Amino acid sequence: MKDNLILRILAKLLVPLIILFAFYVQFHGDYSPGGGFQAGVIFSAGFILYALVFGLDTAEAIIPFKLLRWIASLGVLLYAGTGVAGLLLGGNFLNYSVLANTPLSGQHVGIILVEFGVGMTVAAVMLLIFYTFASRARESA
Amino acid sequence: MIDQVITLSLLVFLTITAITLVRTEGLLTMVMVFAVYSFLMATLFVVMDAPDVAFTEAAVGSGISTVLMLVTLSLTKTRYEKPVRKLQWRALVMVTAMGCAILYGISDIAAPGDGNAPVNVHVADHYIAHGQNETGVPNLVTAVLASYRGFDTLGETVVIFTAGIGVMLLLGRRRRPVTAEESA
Repeated sequence: MKDNLILRILAKLLVPLIILFAFYVQFHGDYSPGGGFQAGVIFSAGFILYALVFGLDTAEAIIPFKLLRWIASLGVLLYAGTGVAGLLLGGNFLNYSVLANTPLSGQHVGIILVEFGVGMTVAAVMLLIFYTFASRARESA
Repeated sequence: MIDQVITLSLLVFLTITAITLVRTEGLLTMVMVFAVYSFLMATLFVVMDAPDVAFTEAAVGSGISTVLMLVTLSLTKTRYEKPVRKLQWRALVMVTAMGCAILYGISDIAAPGDGNAPVNVHVADHYIAHGQNETGVPNLVTAVLASYRGFDTLGETVVIFTAGIGVMLLLGRRRRPVTAEESA
């Protein structure tokens, strides 16, 4: 697919928009539909489009496999860590109200943090699965 | 009225897609029809005022899983499903029984927006009445997912993480032998 001009140009136009939309869904999820899970999936869909058109090697040069493993683990850690932070500050596990001065802003901080954790893990795991499958295809080719 | 027309036409399309799915033999066609099915479902969710679910269905159902199935197809040599010409009695009985069970179950599903349905009288009232005051988040779905039901969402995230680990363990990333061109 690397030689198809139309696909390459379209992908170049679309991929930044899709990834921008993913970040919008991630950080605007409190106000509009969406959240970490949807954002992660949209991000990985955009990047998979890039990998399909420009090749797996180009994609891996941008986001290496090892980095994805780190991001996937850090996402879960960020989520659970937010819960533990609430525990250490005197609340229950995953009670965000104690994270900031007022319960409301604490809730806000907590929700943004855990949603970001979900987004990181989902995006990284989807890309990990795609990389794993696609590299098998490359080996057998 | 317009809602019902849209819903009905989407359901007709869904039925057509499902029948096409059963009748096609090419696996590549099947993957594509699956994507269409998912996309129709996502549209249906939008009509039912559930944009969060529609997002997920469109991105996961017709996006990621289609790509993964395509990559899997490129790994296998099979391109066509062997057609079954003989009537399979056991399968027919099984499918009929399942269909009847599902039709029986449908009668128990609450009507959309029914405030008196058992699922809607437990904690939903509290979320709707106090959700915005307690979390400060206008999107109630996010408030329930991330705050009230934070523990469940943590579990969900861990499940996805585990799925990724499972795929990596099973399919692995064998080190690619360095070819002559690369080392040159």
